Amino acid sequence: MDGIHDIGGRHGFGPIAPERDEPAFHERWEARVFSIMRAASAAGVVRNTDQFRHAIERIDPIAYLTHGYYGRWLGGLETLLTEAGVISRAQLTARVAELGGDPQAAPAARPAAEPDVIDYVASERDSRRAVAAPPRFAPGARVRTQATPKPGHTRLPTYARGRVGTVIAWHDGWVFPDSNAHGRGENPQHLYTVAFAGDDLWGEAGEPGLTVHLDLFESYLEAQ
Amino acid sequence: MSEPSPQAIRAEALESLLIENGLLDAAAVDEVIEHYNERVGPMNGARVVARAWRDPHFKARLLADGTAALNEFEFDTTQTEKLVVVENTDAVHNLVVCTLCSCYPWAVLGLPPKWYKDPAYRSRVVREPRAVLAEFGVELPEQRQIRVWDSSAEVRYMVLPQAPVDAAECSEQELAGRVSRDAMIGVALS
Repeated sequence: MDGIHDIGGRHGFGPIAPERDEPAFHERWEARVFSIMRAASAAGVVRNTDQFRHAIERIDPIAYLTHGYYGRWLGGLETLLTEAGVISRAQLTARVAELGGDPQAAPAARPAAEPDVIDYVASERDSRRAVAAPPRFAPGARVRTQATPKPGHTRLPTYARGRVGTVIAWHDGWVFPDSNAHGRGENPQHLYTVAFAGDDLWGEAGEPGLTVHLDLFESYLEAQ
Repeated sequence: MSEPSPQAIRAEALESLLIENGLLDAAAVDEVIEHYNERVGPMNGARVVARAWRDPHFKARLLADGTAALNEFEFDTTQTEKLVVVENTDAVHNLVVCTLCSCYPWAVLGLPPKWYKDPAYRSRVVREPRAVLAEFGVELPEQRQIRVWDSSAEVRYMVLPQAPVDAAECSEQELAGRVSRDAMIGVALS
């Protein structure tokens, strides 16, 4: 989906703001969200990382930019916990009011009316999988990425859509996030690192001597 | 103490509901805070870098297969993704980012800093890495090639910074103390 999360190359976000001696969590609620993530995974509400990443992509776009990293997690978790029926929005709103919060405050979560159902568990602990077919591309191959936008989860960022690059590495087969996020199977594919010249992404006005690398699944690529 | 943010209240509300229905243990939050503040951080990555600076055979193994090279250490962490280590040289400088979310090599660097997850770094570094580096106080020679690694799948990247000139005379432990987290992301030189 062409969501707000797909932020690579966008202008206007201003300077980077590094902090000295930054703690792991700035506020206690951030660690709360981290714990909720673990519990939701252990309970099978979050079935896989792809599904969780997509839940974050689906939150309110203004909240995405303004609630911070753990605020985005909170929105994603509330989305999945509501979709799974573990909690209801009414329950949560009532509890927010009891705790002195504003029950009218718009939540980041965007639960779907007909959520995806993931009725399988990962066949391995990690995401690496054997793929029977041989890899289509070898290092050195010139490839063009898909140009057409797709609904749902994907790991091909907009800034590299329809661009030509060079395969520099092959990384075996991996679970395909675009289907796994939606409960449509693991469908493992070969994964490649593709190098794009800065000029081919940003034009000649871009910084000189730049190469950007992306790890891309085989179905994103066509031989050039 | 300032007013709690709407997110803080919402997180507390969600936590209390999940404790009531048995999904979450009330002690879990304190455990998480302690674990990530005290036991996990960039020290694993610093040890890897220090060894690579002192031992050319280890360095060769690390660059050939980062995941396998990690098994030479007894790290108290789980690495489920593939680790690729990229080397800075006089010709090449490397930077790591994740534009689509905030993928990061947790096993070697711990939790990512806030700026790594914020929109400014994620949007800019694939397009104007020199401008970003300048904000971190790093100016590179004009002819230096810049390679940005946008972690878009289950491969995680770590930068091997250039070794200090006195690396051969220092112990691995001394060297590890001189490696910054930022250098292993690529926004600092050491």
